[in-house]
Amino acid sequence: MMSQSNTSSLKGRKVILHDMCLRDGMHAKREQISVDQMVKVATALDDAGVPYIQVTHGGGLGGNSLQHGFALASNEEYISAVAPKMKQAKVSVLLIPGLGTMKELQSAYDCGARSVHVATHCTEADTSPQHIAFARKLGMDTTGFLMMAHLNDAAGIARQGKLMESYGAQTVYVTDSAGYMLPDDVKARIGALRAVLNPETEIGFHGHHNLGMGIANSIAAIEAGASRIDGSVAGLGAGAGNTPLEVFAAVCERMGIETGVDLFRIMDVAEDIIVPMMDHMVRVDRESLTLGFAGVYSTFLLHAKRAGDRFGVSARDILVELGRKKMIGGQEDMIMDTAMTMAKERGLL
Amino acid sequence: MKKIRCALIGSGNIGTDLIYKIQRSPVLEPVWMVGIDPESEGLARARDMGLKTTAGGVDGLLPHVLEDNIQIAFDATSAYVHAENSRKLNALGVMMIDLTPAAIGPLCVPPVNLRQHADKVEMNVNMISCAGQATIPIVNAVSRIQSVEYAEIVASLASKSVGPGTRANLDEFTYTTSSAIEKVGGARRGKALAIINPAEPPMIMRNTISCLTDDEPDHVRITESILQMIGEVQKYVPGYRLVNGPIYDGNKVQVFMEVAGLGDYLPKYAGNLDIMTAAATRTAEMFAEEILAGRIQLKAVEIA
Repeated sequence: MMSQSNTSSLKGRKVILHDMCLRDGMHAKREQISVDQMVKVATALDDAGVPYIQVTHGGGLGGNSLQHGFALASNEEYISAVAPKMKQAKVSVLLIPGLGTMKELQSAYDCGARSVHVATHCTEADTSPQHIAFARKLGMDTTGFLMMAHLNDAAGIARQGKLMESYGAQTVYVTDSAGYMLPDDVKARIGALRAVLNPETEIGFHGHHNLGMGIANSIAAIEAGASRIDGSVAGLGAGAGNTPLEVFAAVCERMGIETGVDLFRIMDVAEDIIVPMMDHMVRVDRESLTLGFAGVYSTFLLHAKRAGDRFGVSARDILVELGRKKMIGGQEDMIMDTAMTMAKERGLL
Repeated sequence: MKKIRCALIGSGNIGTDLIYKIQRSPVLEPVWMVGIDPESEGLARARDMGLKTTAGGVDGLLPHVLEDNIQIAFDATSAYVHAENSRKLNALGVMMIDLTPAAIGPLCVPPVNLRQHADKVEMNVNMISCAGQATIPIVNAVSRIQSVEYAEIVASLASKSVGPGTRANLDEFTYTTSSAIEKVGGARRGKALAIINPAEPPMIMRNTISCLTDDEPDHVRITESILQMIGEVQKYVPGYRLVNGPIYDGNKVQVFMEVAGLGDYLPKYAGNLDIMTAAATRTAEMFAEEILAGRIQLKAVEIA
């Protein structure tokens, strides 16, 4: 075994890994992962011991739309195909109030989903009470998911997380949707949450790798009290992808953090199944680095590239402008709008 | 000139903004403000603006309806109490304009179907939602030219302009607006998305409307229809502005709008609230004009 001497402080800590490649990864695949592919990937992750697997459209429940693209199958078809094949893993879904509704959550539950991330922008937790309460009523493992967490300070995140806990959330996540945060930012927010939440309420961290900080931020989160970490096998996710789960599992093993995941198996899933599925190499490139640097929602990446191509404006310029205008998750329509306005200003339209 | 006398139910931001708009109207006069909390700022403000007030809810208003000749009431309370408010006031021959999501009466978007409702002397009309008022005219402008298989709207609202009621019941907003895109907008299927953005300074309300037509869209006629419709809405919401589009991509038509409010009581960025109060006022004016011209007469609704 490798040396674990310099990281003994986290030795023996138990962390629950939650794979996102079949939901956040849909963004990187323009929603074009087939039902068969989902079953194949989920089965392999289940065999590797990953305890939670999120599936469906990248935007989660209600995501099929002109705004967010149409997937190859309905969310119900994806969940119904994957859930019965799971030997130990729980299937989870994402619900963003304003996009998804309780009707869709009921339907996801009926198809076999047993865990849900109820997601709001990091200052708008009070749009989630009915959805969190409904998820609990269904008996689902219920998470409150504070997106774009860099746009609220530690005290603000603590207040918002406390609200979600009061609605019934069993776990509160700090979600670095823009891949903008640095380890100290993560620690401050998770630490502030830990100080106000009930001891039995868990804390999670969902990273994006736009500044290459996915692993370091996730470790910082655990040091500050997080016990759930989201990642994606081979990093298949929006922007430069999520925290690459197999890399994170390896780091955890080196540090003595217990995940229950079979490292070599999950490495094989990454290399043999996920990488061949990629339409483009999901990595830190000029545009995804811009997301992380400017603090822009990772999902905007491919939209900005398309709008840039159509109107002759560089994707980087569009992303920087979106960051300046403080656009948040869900405002994908403003990418086209911004590109057109910039094209007009430059005499291109 | 004679004016139609109105009551406002609900002394919050919407009710207060309505006072300003109704006071400016050549055919409407705000007379009563109804609240439930005698200490509320809203009631005090209404008194300062010259209205009679009651903190006894609608029951506090009922004894004064006939003597004060109240003919139109605006309800800006909640879906839960609207049905009861409407029943009691309709029984006295008062026409109700419903700004709650209750939607007991037909859905009203002034440039699309207000004329029909006035002709039928509907005693209760519902104003749908802010996103509905801001987007359904555009959907209708497309569907009146060519059949629309699917219409989708995205409303971005400044966080400061979204009240606790809407926040706690976001699904209701989604269902109501989606359904109105079909019923009033004329699309076979409708979907509404809402985003609440906390940026400072607050962003002005934005709306993106996308329609999928069955056949290839006639760019010239659809663009002309949309521009004409925008002009109709601007008559009562001057800050209703086309930012980009219409743009066409296959059978998809997309329009990017902005709604700035008048800044009466509500701040200008809250175009979402302003378009509700402006549309409600416009609706009341149409009924008032018809009543004053003797073309329609409100009748008490018998209690079943």
